[in-house]
Amino acid sequence: MADPMIDIDNLSVTFNRGRKPVKAVNGVSLKVKAGEVVALLGESGSGKSVTMRSLLRLHPKGTTITGRMRVAGQDVTELSARQIADFRGAVTSMVFQEPRLALDPVYTLGQQITETIMRHERIGRQAAFERALKLFEKVRIPSPERRLKTYPHEMSGGMLQRAMIAMALACNPKVLLADEPTTALDATVQIQILLLIRELQAEYGLSVIFVTHDIGVAAEVADRIAVMYAGRIVEEGAVADIIRDPKHPYTQGLLGARVELAGERDRLVTIPGAPPDLTDMPKGCAFAPRCVRVMDVCGNTVPPLIGKGEAGQVACLHYA
Amino acid sequence: MMDAATPLPLASDDPRDRGGPAQPLVSVRGLVRHFPVKGSGFLKPKKVVSAVDGVDFDILKGETLGVVGESGCGKSTTARLLMQLMRPDRGELLFDGESVGETLPLRDYRRQVQMVFQDSYASLNPRLTIEDSIAFGPRVHGVSAKVAIGRAHDLLHRVGLEPGRFAGRYPHELSGGQRQRINIARALALEPRLVILDEAVSALDKSVEAQVLNLLLDLKRDFGLTYMFISHDLNVVRFMCDRVMVMYLGKVCEIGPRDAIFDAPGHPYTAALLASMPKMDPGERTLVPPLSGDPPNPIDPPQGCRFHPRCSFSEDICTRVTPRLVTGLATGQSQHAAACLMRDPGALHSRAPALEEA
Repeated sequence: MADPMIDIDNLSVTFNRGRKPVKAVNGVSLKVKAGEVVALLGESGSGKSVTMRSLLRLHPKGTTITGRMRVAGQDVTELSARQIADFRGAVTSMVFQEPRLALDPVYTLGQQITETIMRHERIGRQAAFERALKLFEKVRIPSPERRLKTYPHEMSGGMLQRAMIAMALACNPKVLLADEPTTALDATVQIQILLLIRELQAEYGLSVIFVTHDIGVAAEVADRIAVMYAGRIVEEGAVADIIRDPKHPYTQGLLGARVELAGERDRLVTIPGAPPDLTDMPKGCAFAPRCVRVMDVCGNTVPPLIGKGEAGQVACLHYA
Repeated sequence: MMDAATPLPLASDDPRDRGGPAQPLVSVRGLVRHFPVKGSGFLKPKKVVSAVDGVDFDILKGETLGVVGESGCGKSTTARLLMQLMRPDRGELLFDGESVGETLPLRDYRRQVQMVFQDSYASLNPRLTIEDSIAFGPRVHGVSAKVAIGRAHDLLHRVGLEPGRFAGRYPHELSGGQRQRINIARALALEPRLVILDEAVSALDKSVEAQVLNLLLDLKRDFGLTYMFISHDLNVVRFMCDRVMVMYLGKVCEIGPRDAIFDAPGHPYTAALLASMPKMDPGERTLVPPLSGDPPNPIDPPQGCRFHPRCSFSEDICTRVTPRLVTGLATGQSQHAAACLMRDPGALHSRAPALEEA
């Protein structure tokens, strides 16, 4: 098998800003093949966004990062400041949750996209502008020529997210990181953006990491799902396997708590309790305090992520 | 004093009930609220945002009415008008048959209608402890401090937070789910009859959301409450609500019993909204977006049917005639109404049903 496009090996991220260090990511390993879409699924504080931002080294100074990350053959942890600036946008680019905050309010969209292209390639302003126009047509923004000359505040959320995607694709990256790109959008717009990302991913052969908290969104876009809990991947596998036959008790609980399963019942099945405090992680399995199938050994052993048959992996001592 | 073990009597034998079970708890007729747009009007044409533009609906006693729609459709403005947080430009609001602000004084009305907001942190005073926040309302309404604090503790217990551990804490010391439980407890402190939940669970994680939804169902049963449940999550609305109202650009486009709305939507917008929900089955992915384009700007809503620029059944007549809410759709449910010319017998739309002979 060819080398994976993204290879994260035992990544740990600790933020040292507050009184106590916050262990946001605790030993995540993830491989994404060329042209594959992996959804990182988890609740807030599970470390899904932090994992993804590590790939662009977007963390504040003083953050402790250990482990190895390779993207398209380059070791991201080893790159110099200059090299990482070349890397961002050209090899790996990102679409953020809130395009209104991610785009610069004082420049037009056209200026921002041409700037991106000219930063990475030896190309004239006119040629860069024409490429921006092509990109706007590609993401199906109506009257693209006029829209390139508008400022972010003049556009609706859905259109801005399209512009954001156009900008992310401006330098033909190999990897697209999407951080909840549809969470802030309305339902009818969300499905349009999801279909657009899927279509462009296939056309450009992109490897995509798609962070989301919504299982339905993951089911619409992803080839594989990696479920995160308290900074670790607890289960990983093909979309259909995870949704039809989840193995880890947390995944089972998450899928079981869905309101659409409630039918005529008048109560929802819930996972009791709340996620652990990341400054004070339990010694063993992080899910053990909430788990219905907890055993004595769960309290002091961190379960490794191991294969569960065909292609998936699960981190639970019941399957060890 | 309220006691968790002896819940309030149900709405049917509530001493505050005036009109009887058949009288809707809330009746809204012709509700209108426009906001002037800043920077317009001086040497420029005066512009308004028609946030709510002629809305009629009822909330029946003991039911949960769901309100769905995209941003800018006016669902939150409707809630704020109902709560009297802002004055409507026009329209009539009846609470249990009494006209709010006239026969029913505003103070008495507000005691009976409470609201829970989406942002659990912004809606709590950061300088008040939790018990003070919950006891604040009753004290304003003349309950003694001791009784009010006692009631706050009962409510904390009722929403699943141990008063001994939580009563003296401040909002920033709690998680989002816990804060939303506090907001719910505070809303119940005045023993209201109607609770307006404006995206109350939308900011919570899925596993916490399920816990809070269960809590809301328990409280509704125990205290005999009526809910107006505003959400953009159709799955949650389907689970929680008895009836559903769909709004689009300041107007009601469909209202009816939950199953009728979800199984046989009468308005093309409702159908598109339902089709836009992500499918849980990766084998049955959505292939074509049900709607193209963004929801239009409520500053200049389209003429005629407001949905016509995005509607695949749109005809010339739709650009000129504003559809009325027509009851008695094909589902045979008299409560089910949709504002679409295709459902209006005798309208000039080619798909409109023929007029029945009298």
